[in-house]
Amino acid sequence: MLLNVDIIYMLHVMFRYQFMQHAFEAGTAIAIVAGIIGYLVVLRRTSFAAHAYAEIGFTGAAGSILVGINPVLGMLAASLAGGFGIAILGKRAEHRDVEVGSVLAFALALGLLFLGMYTGYATEAYSILFGEILGISSSNVFLTVIVSMVIIAAAALVYRPILFASLDEDVAEAKGMPVTLLGIVFMLLLAGAVSIAIQVSGVLLIFALMVTPAATAIRLAKKPVYAIAISSGISLFATWAGLIIAFYEPYPVSFFIVGIVFATYLAVRIIQRK
Amino acid sequence: MHGEKDVRKKGGIVVSARNLTVNYGKKTVWHDANFDVARGEFVAVIGPNGAGKTTMFKLLLGLQQVAGGEIEIMGSHPKRGNPKIGYVPQKHGIDNETNVECVELVKLAYSGNKLGFSISSRKENDAALHALESVKALDLANKPMSALSGGELQRIFLAEALVSDPEMLLLDEPLSNLDIRRAKELVSLISSVVKDRNVTTFLVAHDINPLIQFLDKVIYIANGKVAIGTPDKVLTSESLSELYGTHVEVLHDSMGHILIHTLYGAQDEVKENDYNASKR
Ligand SMILES: Nc1ncnc2c1ncn2[C@@H]1O[C@H](COP(=O)(O)OP(=O)(O)OP(=O)(O)O)[C@@H](O)[C@H]1O
Ligand SMILES: [Mg+2]
Repeated sequence: MLLNVDIIYMLHVMFRYQFMQHAFEAGTAIAIVAGIIGYLVVLRRTSFAAHAYAEIGFTGAAGSILVGINPVLGMLAASLAGGFGIAILGKRAEHRDVEVGSVLAFALALGLLFLGMYTGYATEAYSILFGEILGISSSNVFLTVIVSMVIIAAAALVYRPILFASLDEDVAEAKGMPVTLLGIVFMLLLAGAVSIAIQVSGVLLIFALMVTPAATAIRLAKKPVYAIAISSGISLFATWAGLIIAFYEPYPVSFFIVGIVFATYLAVRIIQRK
Repeated sequence: MHGEKDVRKKGGIVVSARNLTVNYGKKTVWHDANFDVARGEFVAVIGPNGAGKTTMFKLLLGLQQVAGGEIEIMGSHPKRGNPKIGYVPQKHGIDNETNVECVELVKLAYSGNKLGFSISSRKENDAALHALESVKALDLANKPMSALSGGELQRIFLAEALVSDPEMLLLDEPLSNLDIRRAKELVSLISSVVKDRNVTTFLVAHDINPLIQFLDKVIYIANGKVAIGTPDKVLTSESLSELYGTHVEVLHDSMGHILIHTLYGAQDEVKENDYNASKR
């Protein structure tokens, strides 16, 4: 039984495996990024756009598998392009559900076509859809950490303008702030965050990392800094706990991570109802 | 003109429009407006839906191009991001799901344009609390915006506009969701801010009645035309009939309430129920 095992010994055994080290490194970076960007997603109510990037990212990944390049790069390129596209469509474009929805359905179909044309094993496609952090290569760990650091640094730089524009766009505009540019910057940060988070949660479970922890946090804290800290904290806890459980149990790690995130959300909602 | 008397009383002209015309593409919103507003005046902007009240604010904020004529605001052309103007827009992204503390919004209005992460400085905090205090909302500072009533929220927006210590306030329909009692409370609060800080204030409203005792001037926009003057000059059957180009009846009741009645029902300014509500 899990509980009988000495935790230190357990971690020691786990970290002897390089794939576990890699999973922890990438998972930690992704959880922090998802917690920060997720708060802005919830505040701006652009969770649908977050999902769109995941599906556009899937197309990019499927395309790169077909031509034999790193799918994470393909994912990043496709969702950044999508992010730019959605952002320049106009300042309220992030809320144009019908347009975004139509484009992403087509993107997904295109991804399906690419996979159909691919003659190798389809396991990679499966892991893009549902996440497979345990198989992450050391070069992708490196890529993930670099992208995470860029996103965190950029988010810290534009933190106050983006927060203000997200809360009260008309006043921010009247104050002469570049709200359209800030919208583009936010969309690019979101696209970048989504494409690395896909490695943990997969395309289909992206909400669990990018939206649910922040939606939980925003119920618990009314100061943005605290809410961001809690949101990252929930993602981190879920990722670590999920990885540890998955090391000992033969089930997919994404299930455990998403399960823990969802349980936290449910618990908070139930407690707050009283 | 009455305005000249006010100039001497309160200070120089801060907004001056000459044959001002504004349009969206080929559509003219209103044209050939002439008005002067002096420092420290409290001005109501009244007119039917779609008359161009919000557009007038966009113009003053430098967010809307001038199509013809001239406008000068505090000694220069309108420019985007004018730090001397505090603005409360008609629509807000904030609603009953925004679980963010009021003081955080006011702080962001003070330093939200700054790059770089900061946990909030003493100066920023003091400015925000001072602004909240001046709208009697200090007790709301740490409440989430999602939990506020319409009137409380408008006080927070007013603090948000005041935190940068502006010389001019543009308030777009701050009274729209308030009952008549709350509307009167907010107006008397705004009026005392106008006096204390000597800020020139434009306030868009649909019902003149809660405002009338505090006003220096009324700008009335209708039918593509703009009229300005003291309430007793503008809000008369003759002046409004000329503005609308049709017969308009201005009625006064024994308690000093005003009912403006146009022949075409759609343009009624003070609807029957507003009128009845204002009598309560
Ligand atoms: N961005 C825009 N592009 C084109 N037309 C516009 C735009 N904004 C406003 N209009 C038009 O200009 C006119 C004036 O609009 P405005 O918002 O200034 O009216 P308003 O007096 O504030 O009305 P309300 O009482 O409904 O707020 C309306 O007919 C409106 O349809
Ligand atoms: Mg308006």
